[in-house]
Amino acid sequence: MSQKKRYEAIVIGSSAGGLNALKVLLHGLSEGFNIPLIIVQHISADSENYLIQILNDIRKLQVKEADEKEQPMPGMAYLAPPNYHLLLEPDRTFTLTIDERVNYARPSIDVLFETAAEAYKDKLIGIILTGANNDGSKGLKKIKDFGGLTIVQDPETAEVASMPRAAILTSAVDQIIPLEEIAPFLNSLTDMNPKS
Amino acid sequence: MKKIQEEQLENQDIEIRLLVEGLYQKYGYDFRNYSQAHVKRRILNRFNLSGMKHISDMIHESIYNHKFVDQLLMDLSITVTEMFRDPTFYKALREEVMPVLRTYPSIKIWHAGCASGEEVYSMAIMLKEEGLYGKTQIYATDFNPVIIKQAKDGIYPIGRMKEFTMNYQKSGGKGSFSDYYTANYESAKLLDVLKKNIVFATHNLVTDSVFAEVNLVVCRNVLIYFDRELQDKVIRLFVDSLPSGGILCLGSKENLQFSDHYTKFNPLIPKERIYIKKYQL
Ligand SMILES: C[S@@+](CC[C@H](N)C(=O)[O-])C[C@H]1O[C@@H](n2cnc3c(N)ncnc32)[C@H](O)[C@@H]1O
Repeated sequence: MSQKKRYEAIVIGSSAGGLNALKVLLHGLSEGFNIPLIIVQHISADSENYLIQILNDIRKLQVKEADEKEQPMPGMAYLAPPNYHLLLEPDRTFTLTIDERVNYARPSIDVLFETAAEAYKDKLIGIILTGANNDGSKGLKKIKDFGGLTIVQDPETAEVASMPRAAILTSAVDQIIPLEEIAPFLNSLTDMNPKS
Repeated sequence: MKKIQEEQLENQDIEIRLLVEGLYQKYGYDFRNYSQAHVKRRILNRFNLSGMKHISDMIHESIYNHKFVDQLLMDLSITVTEMFRDPTFYKALREEVMPVLRTYPSIKIWHAGCASGEEVYSMAIMLKEEGLYGKTQIYATDFNPVIIKQAKDGIYPIGRMKEFTMNYQKSGGKGSFSDYYTANYESAKLLDVLKKNIVFATHNLVTDSVFAEVNLVVCRNVLIYFDRELQDKVIRLFVDSLPSGGILCLGSKENLQFSDHYTKFNPLIPKERIYIKKYQL
């Protein structure tokens, strides 16, 4: 991997067991982490988005629900709202839709990853965490195809292994690492980014 | 490898733009300012199902094969809807907006982008329960003629009634939901008395103009599919359809805040995206 490469966004997909995994990941990020995080966590349709509150309390990044037409900014983490797909436009703004479910999910990880891959091309990092289905595998492959960096939580360390496992079977991922090591790895990448 | 992907992406995007342009020139359906990522997903979905070799083949097909166009229009419409969707919205309508409407001698309501009509019948039921239906005229429009036909019929799969009933109850419904439809094995048909004051018609928010002055516009989960420029244009239509004090209801993830026309409204119930048009400054 080139030392000078700069990443402009990180997309994360998680499902069953995702809340704990996301907590660990966010905790591990260094102060002033300057790549925006965009997260799809599978969540039931009528849940108030309590996740935001919990993740915000970690205080590493400001966590909010993604609004339509909003542009992802450094220092922020965005969560897809329950019951909407989250897409990235070519101009790197968010779109929300209520199309039918994909992989039984809305929001779907594939939908976010596939559109983000086109918007950010090789400036994107994709991460698949714990989960009980195979959402995100196709999307992660697309990120890889466009030259982005792909990371999968080591299934051995996942609360539910099938989603990371499916991702690993679908494409050649760059990093398969234990949950605790993902944040330090991301930190090491941003250290190469000029301070904002 | 990366370069090939990028060139493919560029080519795909050109083909899709040409297809969208073709739909506009041939049929007047204008998707040019819809969310690009969304339109692309829908078109590629259809492409994958069609078994065609190139995306460009869909251009020919959409010009010469009307069945195919109907299909594509359906794909691009996203008609997903439900009765009393977002019960808290309907609760707010009932508690905060109905009292305002009650003071009017007659009420006109426009449901723009009503899909298969569930939203319209939800409104009709609420108006009935509030004793306001008799003095109300509802215009229910959508640009998709197939879906408007379904809306007019008001027949829904019986399997959905459980969900609708739960929504109805959560929204503060005052009666028994099953009193509003007749059921057989497969389907539930909404009562004709609910349809009496509703006019269903096709209307395209992008290409058609204002057709009536109304007290309340309900346009939910339509603007999210538009780019900002188009959103502004459509909100302008609503501004022109509403008198001062008129009310505009958007979907739960739709926001007036970034629109050029924001200053013409005051938030009435911000959380539910209910706005009221200001009196002349
Ligand atoms: C997701 S549905 C929303 C249905 C309902 N309002 C609700 O919130 O449940 C979106 C609807 O907008 C309609 N629509 C899309 N573009 C339109 C346009 N330019 N003019 C009128 N209706 C349009 C579609 O046909 C579809 O029925």
